[in-house]
Amino acid sequence: MSTLVIENRIWDQAETMPREELRALQIERLRECVARVADVPFYKQAFQRGKISPEAIKSLDDLRRLPFTTKADLRQHHPLGFLAVPREQVARFHGSTGTTGKPTFVAYTADDVSLWADLCARFLVAGGLRPEHTVHIAFGYGLFTGGFGLHYGVEKVGAAVVPAASGNTPRHIMLLQELGAQVLVCTPTYALNIAEVARAEGMDPGELPLKFAHFGAEPWTEKLREQIERELDLIAFNNYGLSEVIGPGVSGECAARNGMHIQEDHFIVECINPETLEPVAEGEEGELVFTSLTKQAMPMIRYRTRDIAFLDHSPCPCGRTGVRMSRVAGRTDDMLIIRGVNVFPSQIEQALLRVEGTAPHYLIEVDRPGTLDEVTVHVEIRPEDFSDRMSEMHALRDRIDREIQSVTGIRMNIELVEPQTLERSAGKARRVLDHRREKDMK
Amino acid sequence: MTIQQLSLFLENKPGQLKVPCRALGDAGINIFALSLADTQQFGILRLLVSDWEKAKAVLEAAGCVVNISEVVAVDVPDRPGGLADALEIIEQAGLDIAYMYPFNNRAGEKAVLLFRFEDPEAAVQALQAAGLPVVPSNELFELLEG
Repeated sequence: MSTLVIENRIWDQAETMPREELRALQIERLRECVARVADVPFYKQAFQRGKISPEAIKSLDDLRRLPFTTKADLRQHHPLGFLAVPREQVARFHGSTGTTGKPTFVAYTADDVSLWADLCARFLVAGGLRPEHTVHIAFGYGLFTGGFGLHYGVEKVGAAVVPAASGNTPRHIMLLQELGAQVLVCTPTYALNIAEVARAEGMDPGELPLKFAHFGAEPWTEKLREQIERELDLIAFNNYGLSEVIGPGVSGECAARNGMHIQEDHFIVECINPETLEPVAEGEEGELVFTSLTKQAMPMIRYRTRDIAFLDHSPCPCGRTGVRMSRVAGRTDDMLIIRGVNVFPSQIEQALLRVEGTAPHYLIEVDRPGTLDEVTVHVEIRPEDFSDRMSEMHALRDRIDREIQSVTGIRMNIELVEPQTLERSAGKARRVLDHRREKDMK
Repeated sequence: MTIQQLSLFLENKPGQLKVPCRALGDAGINIFALSLADTQQFGILRLLVSDWEKAKAVLEAAGCVVNISEVVAVDVPDRPGGLADALEIIEQAGLDIAYMYPFNNRAGEKAVLLFRFEDPEAAVQALQAAGLPVVPSNELFELLEG
């Protein structure tokens, strides 16, 4: 593991703005933002319904009178229904990666691109980037915002860029060796891949000149951070963003690496319960919602990210005043709320992994027979786990029961079922059967 | 000296028992002994059949989860107190019985019981040393033919 100490350097004094001042700036910018989107059909209708005008925004509480914007709304107004400036002012288009449906487009004016560069510069500097460094960017360059956003950020700082783009790992290793980049930008799993390929080529990946890495674009864990830092002998920083809001640059870690500072002078964050849409208590997990205050081409009002995280308002030793968000724990798309507790199918998988080494097929069935939610996890029994002895079968079920309770904090019924009996569609297993939803719809 | 026993995992729902029995029947495999352990949720069906290797393949092809374990066939005196005496010997030998069930003995002269022990090989040695006759598989199946 790297023993480097990172000097706390701040790119923009706005990052340390006192909270009072920050709030005043947010209100002012929110008012401007509402004015800018007033002619976007989606917002125009919603504002008319809610009798909202820029003048009506008097405090940050008024934010809650504004409509949410969802991915579905963007799709409905595909391709450019959310454009808030004349087409000729657009300087750039990007698109979401389209992992959950057809891609949605986002647009930037020249000022938006410049702001984006600045926001990326902030977290890069917070994470050790200095003008004398060389940065190896192994993100795709294209509609995906990762490559360009980080590229502009590095340029803004004045460091050198190696725009290596994605693919061909041996070539990446060659470039890292020959150009001696100290900073790596990619997804955390790609960093692992680089380490793996380096080892396969007979190298010690720790010998690469890398000192820092900035990872984003996918959820990862603290455990993975430790592994990457050990294998590549560097310090790894997490950053967060999504194309609908601006791309990378929404938030990033400082040297304290205790959550990602949200750039609140440009984005208002909310953390809500995705079912009730009410704000969650401080420190509680919920869905992040962002309002992009200063974007021009396609501002977003209360964009629901479907990303689950929690917020931490406690002061940070680095002096930045922006609230910190935790790692993204999962997506609301697969989140279940059981007796008020958030549960992800991945947690069940994790528990099953602990019991049996590899996770068998399973199905989580949720119902509310009376007033309380009841969960049954159906687990397909595998030949290697099956015993002719009832005591061992009970022990297996009890182990699964205990692990699931320890991971989720919730007691679930465990039902062992015959193999190949749980539904699979197009190779992908169905993980959740929620009868509560069916009842709600009736 | 031990006998190969097939165990099947069954969900406790209507029609589940029929599937493996029909599969074995269609393959011409005879069931010589069976025991069913059940809970509210699932059951374990244990079978002794004429050809366990073929039976295993047939059952797996039918989608069953099959486990092979070794049981010990013991010739127990066919008289009042015969089983109690045998159990006494087993207990003294320090052997734990996971479960037991009778072998279908149509010859009628012997009372053969099937025992599942923690360590079948050690159990065979201990039983023989204590003078309880252990029936090897070839003799066991001859009983049926005779």
